[in-house]
Amino acid sequence: MEITTKNLAYTYQANTPFEHRAIYDINVSIASNSYTAIIGHTGSGKSTLLQHLNGLLQPTAGEIQIGDTIISSEKKQKKLREIRRRVGIVFQFPEHQLFEETVEKDICFGPMNFGVPMEEAKKKAKEVILQVGLSEDILEKSPFDLSGGQMRRVAIAGVLAMNPNVLVLDEPTAGLDPRGRTEIMTMFDKLRKEQGISIVLVTHSMEDASLYADHIIVMHKGTVYKQGTPHDIFSNPKELIDLGLDVPETVRFQLKLEEKIGKRIADPSLSLQDLVKNIQHFFERGNGL
Amino acid sequence: MMEKMIFGRYLPMESFVHRMDPRAKLVVITLFIGVIFLANNLLTYGILVLFTFASIFASKIPIKFLLNGLSFLFWIILFTFFLHIFFTREGDVIFTFGWIKIYEHGLQQAIFISLRFFLLVLITSLLTLTTSPIDITDGMESLLNPLKKLRFPVHELALMMSIALRFIPTLMDETDKILKAQMARGVNFSEGSLKKRAQSVVPLLIPLFISAFKRAEELAIAMEARGYRGGEGRTKYRLLKWKGMDTLAALLVILLGGLLYVFRS
Repeated sequence: MEITTKNLAYTYQANTPFEHRAIYDINVSIASNSYTAIIGHTGSGKSTLLQHLNGLLQPTAGEIQIGDTIISSEKKQKKLREIRRRVGIVFQFPEHQLFEETVEKDICFGPMNFGVPMEEAKKKAKEVILQVGLSEDILEKSPFDLSGGQMRRVAIAGVLAMNPNVLVLDEPTAGLDPRGRTEIMTMFDKLRKEQGISIVLVTHSMEDASLYADHIIVMHKGTVYKQGTPHDIFSNPKELIDLGLDVPETVRFQLKLEEKIGKRIADPSLSLQDLVKNIQHFFERGNGL
Repeated sequence: MMEKMIFGRYLPMESFVHRMDPRAKLVVITLFIGVIFLANNLLTYGILVLFTFASIFASKIPIKFLLNGLSFLFWIILFTFFLHIFFTREGDVIFTFGWIKIYEHGLQQAIFISLRFFLLVLITSLLTLTTSPIDITDGMESLLNPLKKLRFPVHELALMMSIALRFIPTLMDETDKILKAQMARGVNFSEGSLKKRAQSVVPLLIPLFISAFKRAEELAIAMEARGYRGGEGRTKYRLLKWKGMDTLAALLVILLGGLLYVFRS
């Protein structure tokens, strides 16, 4: 399912003294089965943009097309239900939304809201709990007896159980330990490859953005500053650094090395393997110090 | 929908009312609440309305914003209105429709009581809008200080108040977040039968309570970690200053009371 925005803008509390323009002139498109990363500072409008993706917020100007449905600033929207099912959003710290007595009930909550019968929802719950890397016996436990990391996974399972076509993730690894981070990020990658779910990832981690995404949107002060492939985005690392954003470790390392030896090694490397290969090539070509 | 709420919110601005000593504002409001009960005819209510809107004007808070923010009170006021119009049975009957009889005094009462309620809310909203929560509590603590002699826990009360006020916006934001998360999971808060809607509140309330308790616990630990041990021997960083205009404001309300006393029937 494709999502496209046209001059999308949103102003919080319009016409009050608290009025605050969060985003404006947003023109982005999220293709089917793609992996999009949205990066930017706190307050750059990432979360606001994200809430438009399933119609939680109605644009105050411009429009957004989700599948066949167009949501614009003008008319009140009716068919949001189907959109909410097809675009699943995992908010920041999703474990805060758990409320049922058992994990199973909490996971079934989403699908049953969308009219899936109980038996089928339970079957789905068994399926997704394995997908998020937990075992089936956790289904009978209370979500409040779990560890933070487990709660996070249960909450993600609750969104996955709705069978979304697009999975929107707002900093899904915030507050997790390094191992949990890698596991969760690998899981999303797998979901996309095996089930064709598009992923939209809002993140502060440039490593995650460069490793997993095929399209990166850089937000700055409420609008899109730049967008393109990870290669495009990180090809000019200094620009991002001037913006106050980070660049992937490998890019930073290469940049420092190039500064030190005063020569250009290669295009910025986005993974550790690339970095090693590029440096190797560079020295093998006879560029001794 | 949460973002429209202005209850307990502070709107930092530069105005006469903002600059007033919080104690003065508290005194003015307490007096006003007393004075408002003196009004009982058109003229006295007129004076009250005039005074209220003059205060709003002096605070530079946009009236439209204030009224929008209080729109949730509309139903309560309407309820009060109908309660009085149907159940006060004095004076002449002015309108009959089937078994419904509306009396002259009923109508009058309905209008006056609703108006009284409305003005009270307006004036008290003005207090929270123009005074930061911390100022309100400081003022409250300072005004209640004499009660300390009677072993009344003034400091603790002030602290409780400031924490409660401080967390209204936080909890509102939290509500908004959980609301959206559950809406993303297919909850529809605005449609369906009454029973269904009541049920849909559960996924909102449980997470909200849990996070409120967590917050309370964390706050308590953070306070203890910084050596908080109650009000005993505690000095203040912000000192309140009673100025000429504060006396003037207090006198104005007393004058208002006098006017109402003279003109009431």
